[in-house]
Amino acid sequence: MKVADLFEEVSFGLIANKSRSFLTILGIVIGIASVITMISIGQGSQSAITSSIQSLGSNLISITPGAQRNFGFGASSGRGSAQTLKNTDATAIANISNIKAVAPAYSARYQVALKGANTNTTIMGTTPEYADIRNVTVDQGSFITPEDVTNKSKVAVVGPTVITDLFGEDYTDNPVGMVIKINKIEFTIIGTTKSKGGTGFNNQDDIVYIPLDTMQKTVAGVKYLSTISVQAASTDAMSQAQNDITSLLLDLHKVSTADFTIQNQNDLASTATSTAKTFTILLASVAAISLLVGGIGIMNMMLTNVTERTREIGLRKAIGAKRSDINLQFLSEAVTLTFIGGIVGILLGIALSFAMNYFGWMTTAIAPYSIFLAFGVSAVIGVVFGYYPAKGAAAMNPIDALRYE
Amino acid sequence: MPLEGTKMIECDNVGKTYVNDDVETIGLKNGSFKIEDGEFVAIMGPSGSGKSTLMNILGALDTPTTGKYYLDEKDVSTLSDDELADIRKNKIGFVFQSFNLLKRSTVLRNVMLPLVYAGMPREEREKRAIISLKKSGLEEEKFLKLSNQLSGGQMQRVAIARALVNNPSIILADEPTGNLDTKTGDFVLKTFQELNNNHKHTIIIITHEQEVAECTDRIIFIRDGEIASDKKISRRIIK
Ligand SMILES: Nc1ncnc2c1ncn2[C@@H]1O[C@H](COP(=O)(O)OP(=O)(O)OP(=O)(O)O)[C@@H](O)[C@H]1O
Ligand SMILES: [Mg+2]
Repeated sequence: MKVADLFEEVSFGLIANKSRSFLTILGIVIGIASVITMISIGQGSQSAITSSIQSLGSNLISITPGAQRNFGFGASSGRGSAQTLKNTDATAIANISNIKAVAPAYSARYQVALKGANTNTTIMGTTPEYADIRNVTVDQGSFITPEDVTNKSKVAVVGPTVITDLFGEDYTDNPVGMVIKINKIEFTIIGTTKSKGGTGFNNQDDIVYIPLDTMQKTVAGVKYLSTISVQAASTDAMSQAQNDITSLLLDLHKVSTADFTIQNQNDLASTATSTAKTFTILLASVAAISLLVGGIGIMNMMLTNVTERTREIGLRKAIGAKRSDINLQFLSEAVTLTFIGGIVGILLGIALSFAMNYFGWMTTAIAPYSIFLAFGVSAVIGVVFGYYPAKGAAAMNPIDALRYE
Repeated sequence: MPLEGTKMIECDNVGKTYVNDDVETIGLKNGSFKIEDGEFVAIMGPSGSGKSTLMNILGALDTPTTGKYYLDEKDVSTLSDDELADIRKNKIGFVFQSFNLLKRSTVLRNVMLPLVYAGMPREEREKRAIISLKKSGLEEEKFLKLSNQLSGGQMQRVAIARALVNNPSIILADEPTGNLDTKTGDFVLKTFQELNNNHKHTIIIITHEQEVAECTDRIIFIRDGEIASDKKISRRIIK
């Protein structure tokens, strides 16, 4: 049998069984597309979480008041009420070796007003180092200066969400120099920050930065801190730095069990990443199930196909087809179906993942392994179940095959 | 051209027992006979007597459960699957009692199919298929119809055309005129007689009709799976 003739027999075979071919392809398409899409959602959220943790700042150690009561991150229940962290603690930490920068901060929510508009937002009283440590980038104007802190200046650096809330959606001008009221006190805007992207668990753009001393004395009237952000000199130095800070603070506070919580970003990142991984595994299992269901569908179609066509196989043998001619024809049919289905499925999966990103429903990242996995599984199922029963039928003698029901 | 006088087909105590779900049915028993090159033979017998069973064995489509079947002095049971395929492809043209056409393919494609496996080029295939269809007496306007849109008699002629297309030295036809009127039936029989005369094709047909059997040179009668009689006659020549 010639290759051109084989090709012709295969296309006739597929066209003659149109609806069956179509359903088989559909099964493969759905299986593959769903695996690719689901794994891309899992991967996407994993990388979104990782990048939003990175945007918090690099080599970051953060200290909050109050003892840690439970494990995991975001755990310090005493935060806000405990008053155990003082400005002097921050000054002392700055002297530890392996530490690059320290930014003490006190934050609380206040009403911010501009003419008619007002919004309730986080007011963060801090020092200039904060911008570096926490990856805050200035858009227009400048960040808080050391003089602003010592002079208790009434200046503010405003986050993009606050600008939108106060000035409206369409505002594109430069707000530097304008005056806003924070807790009824007038502040001059000296800068704005770039968006950090709000995909994280909290919106890091809904914030106003003011000098620490202004915050503590003029706005809030407190003498303690709500966080100290510390940047270690390097990633390797982080655990050493964390230990040093812990013993220093225990000394300073004259306590034996910590009345503060210290967290480093690596722990946070690894917890979050493992959560995201669990999520990906969950999605992957759902995808695996759909691949399995799709696979059973493909298997079913292929088996029905061969059973129904056993008579045809008998006839072909009766008029002189060799066993290898039949095997080759059915193998080619199965390969053609799986390839058409596979390619359409891959394209559909990629398109769906892109669409979700594009329309902002989900962050997705296509994992190449998912394409190979999905395609591999359905190709194997398609070819095995398209080929092996046909091989069996081709081994029958023509009369038995012709009588097959 | 096959050599004259050789025993092309030789059955030695050939029998076939079908086993389905532990139930045994005897299809054929102790069939012994020889058919030489260029013979034209009719097999007759009541329904269920084992005619098709015998024909399937002669066509190398089925294997006997007892006895030996020699084709060209070779024991068919010793041949490999590929060797059997070559015999079916080059040597035998088989007309099934139930036609066995590819339903969703056109008449022409059905008739060309044996030549596909013979590896013949496309144009040649088509030319041969058309000649063959004309010999079987099918109207030309049916050539491109799907085979499941044909009448029984038309399907029968397509099946005959398909059996003739590879110019086989043995033609085995299971009731080739069963669905045909006398006129069309005679046309087909005339084709067979001509093939037998001109090219010395060996032809074996199964039939229920005495008039059809009389067109051949020898009638083998089967009853209850056994050969009841086997006699030479002088054929009625169709003009
Ligand atoms: N596949 C099979 N399984 C079981 N029994 C079978 C099978 N094929 C044929 N038989 C039996 O073998 C016997 C002979 O059948 P066969 O088809 O050879 O008859 P036949 O002479 O061709 O009849 P008809 O003239 O009706 O075509 C019958 O009794 C039939 O029931
Ligand atoms: Mg019969």
